[in-house]
Amino acid sequence: MTSPSNTPAPESADPTWTGAVRRTLQQRIPLAHLLPARQPFFVGSWVYVFGVVAITGLIWVIGSGVVLAFFGPGWWHVSGVGRFVNSIHFWGVQVFFIFVVLHLWGQYFMASWRDGRARTWLVGVVIFIIALVTGFTGYVSQQNLDAQWIAINAKDGINATGAGAFFNVLDFGQMYGIHVVLLPVVVTLLIVLHVVQVRMRGVVKPIESAPAEHPGQPTDVQP
Amino acid sequence: MESPATYVQLGFLVISVPNLLLIIGMVAIFIAALVAPFPAHQSIEEAHDDQPE
Repeated sequence: MTSPSNTPAPESADPTWTGAVRRTLQQRIPLAHLLPARQPFFVGSWVYVFGVVAITGLIWVIGSGVVLAFFGPGWWHVSGVGRFVNSIHFWGVQVFFIFVVLHLWGQYFMASWRDGRARTWLVGVVIFIIALVTGFTGYVSQQNLDAQWIAINAKDGINATGAGAFFNVLDFGQMYGIHVVLLPVVVTLLIVLHVVQVRMRGVVKPIESAPAEHPGQPTDVQP
Repeated sequence: MESPATYVQLGFLVISVPNLLLIIGMVAIFIAALVAPFPAHQSIEEAHDDQPE
């Protein structure tokens, strides 16, 4: 019986799919880029804070949403604590969307899709669109007259697009299920992907600075 | 919350006062973010000088 060798195989010699994934991740997302200790000097601006504030708002929304899901509409409409948590959920959404739009303005005016960052920009666009649908399903899931009013008025518009067959705004179960399970997971995963994409390429340089020597390479991140 | 919002009309544009105030506030925050000094700016710049790209 032979004992297994304690000497690990060279990285390049590992033929397994896990080895290939590990090499790809180490090459494309080194930890020094994922968790940098320093930032380029041009990041010293409040404009770069908007995205983080939006993520903070999302954390409040998800945290309060979990509490609301546990206790239900009979609690969030009646008890004082329920109304308080419901309000945190609502105002967290306002903070999230206000700062997502401010983040969008900032990134638009600095043309953040430059130097190989088009996919990062596109994922941000998809996050914004899905977040809008998440907010809409939340409004029609309130279980009050406001929700009924929005749903009744929205159904004609949704039906006019042909989507009403599988996206029925009058179906509370469907709207609530999509709102609390499907879309929050999608938005959260896409935001994680968005942040990782930003870390892979680094923060885009100001327009007036010289273009990167090798477009797409994270030259502006100082490990 | 129980009464309808007041609306203002600017030519073809019709917008409620709360939405108008929100947009004005967002523009104000955006402009303030551009001009307001960032607290850590100096240290970040020093870090940049220590380790040029």
